[in-house]
Amino acid sequence: MAAGPIVAIEGAEKRFGAVTAVDRVDLEIVRGELFALLGGSGCGKTTLLRMIAGFETPDSGRVLIDGEDMTGVPPHLRPVNMMFQSYALFPHMDVAANVGYGLRREGVDKGEIARRVAEALALVRLEALGARKPAQLSGGQRQRVALARAIIKRPKLLLLDEPLAALDRKLREGTRFELVRLQEQLGLTFVIVTHDQEEAMSMASRLAVMNAGRIVQTGTPHDLYERPRSRFVADFIGVANILATGQGKWLALRPEKIALSAERPATPHALNGRIVDIAYEGGRSLYRVAVEGDRVMQVTSANVVRARSSAWSRGQQVWLGWSDDAGQPLDE
Amino acid sequence: MRGSRSMNRTRISVGIRAVIALPYLWLALFFLLPFVLVLILSLGTNSPDSVPPVELGFSFNNFRRLFSDHLYVVAWLSSLRIAATSTLVTLLLGYPMAYAISRADPRRRPLLLMLVVLPFWTSFLIRIYAWMGLLAENGILNQFLRWLGFGDHSGTILGTEWAVHLGIVYAYLPFMVLPLYATLEKLDWSLLEAAADLGAKPLGAFLTVTLPLSLPGIVAGCLMVFIPAVGEFVIPDLLGGTSTLMIGKVLWDEFFTNSDWPLASAVAICLLVLLVGPITLFQRQQAKSLERR
Repeated sequence: MAAGPIVAIEGAEKRFGAVTAVDRVDLEIVRGELFALLGGSGCGKTTLLRMIAGFETPDSGRVLIDGEDMTGVPPHLRPVNMMFQSYALFPHMDVAANVGYGLRREGVDKGEIARRVAEALALVRLEALGARKPAQLSGGQRQRVALARAIIKRPKLLLLDEPLAALDRKLREGTRFELVRLQEQLGLTFVIVTHDQEEAMSMASRLAVMNAGRIVQTGTPHDLYERPRSRFVADFIGVANILATGQGKWLALRPEKIALSAERPATPHALNGRIVDIAYEGGRSLYRVAVEGDRVMQVTSANVVRARSSAWSRGQQVWLGWSDDAGQPLDE
Repeated sequence: MRGSRSMNRTRISVGIRAVIALPYLWLALFFLLPFVLVLILSLGTNSPDSVPPVELGFSFNNFRRLFSDHLYVVAWLSSLRIAATSTLVTLLLGYPMAYAISRADPRRRPLLLMLVVLPFWTSFLIRIYAWMGLLAENGILNQFLRWLGFGDHSGTILGTEWAVHLGIVYAYLPFMVLPLYATLEKLDWSLLEAAADLGAKPLGAFLTVTLPLSLPGIVAGCLMVFIPAVGEFVIPDLLGGTSTLMIGKVLWDEFFTNSDWPLASAVAICLLVLLVGPITLFQRQQAKSLERR
């Protein structure tokens, strides 16, 4: 089966006691994409991932992988592999044995296993550490062992549960690019679960934002940022000024789409206000501007000049201006 | 300031030393000293007319007798055999129990564990006597079998090695279950999910992940059953009758029936040496494997 989505979730639902973890979810994941499930804790993203892996059974609805109904198929027979948030490395086996575990279970012969383990370790740049035990590795190395172990069987689908959450910030950013590189190099489909919107936006080709067990919007990172459909998505992804426009409608306005000026600007929309806070972030500065009606608008501007002091200071009266197409109208 | 701090430190270390020294003192007084006395006795000769019935000396005759007399060698071997098979049966029964408890609802685990140790609330001796009542010629078991229609030639378990095995397995099961539970409870279940995810069938995942990771518990449980079982006296005496030869019983007979203190002492020394050897070896191996990890 070469056509059709690699994963199709149809009306999946899962309750734990009184809590509905996954609420009538429909989702299709396209072959070869890096798909992210994004949401806060308890939004159901991990339960959905575990449903694909076979660790949770939907109460109703079904999961199809490569067109085949996975209902009743146990995890060890599914053509997917998962990288666990805790990595779940076997502490009593060395790195090579951990990575080769999946092939040994398939009964692949020893020479072939050794060859493919070496290949997988080279792919994650751990050639020299095959004989180490997991306890003797750093957090970043463990993460790469878990990755090598999960890709060695070349699954149709690789599921990654918060793959970067346990790494420190610096390592996390480097590893993002590495994961994307690996995904493209191997031509696999990745499904990543994350609570970090920056991570999801920077890695995924498409993502779904989840809230309270439901998918609230699916699209490319660009779609979700520039054309959010709801206040929840506008607020969850990046920063947004949400202005009520009356009759249950709103406008989501991103801080960088607003221009600051001393005189009233010629833009179709303009507001007068006073700067109450400035957060200098190096490459850009964030201004909080109090406007009429006790509202505070957030505005960012890039610091393109190396001048020592900012053009704006706290307490200063400024004008905010934006064009007609700067904001996204919202219905919910 | 610095002076007072270092004084504090010495005071603390004196306290720590005292805490460590106390149990050692206890052991020296009530274990090492009696052991030395037994060692001295074992080198003496039997003299039935004096009190105590020992003539001190320095001869290895008692040990020589232990190795030359068929009876003792047979008793040793059968003790080891009975202890080993009972340990194995205890393991086979205890492992699934410990596994089930460790996977049970956390709120129900304390109750299940309490049920495991519940037998300790009654005296060990009384419980073994109760088994005599169950297994005797006209005991409850035989009456039940007869009621089922399994005739009069069903025989009696009491007084056979079967009864001894049964008694040891029954009495020592909690000692197997508790250390096994302690290791299985710590087992990270996501490891089993990872194994399943990588294609391991449930049995394969058990053999490659659960079993090796619970090995410390298996070793601890087996030692806690095997070691006391080898020297067990009450169970073979009450349930095994005359047909079962175990070294603990031989020791009792030499001491109380034959009043041969030196020979009984030699048996005791051999029992200790026989068990201390494997224990230290095992522990050293355990420590090494821990270091490697």
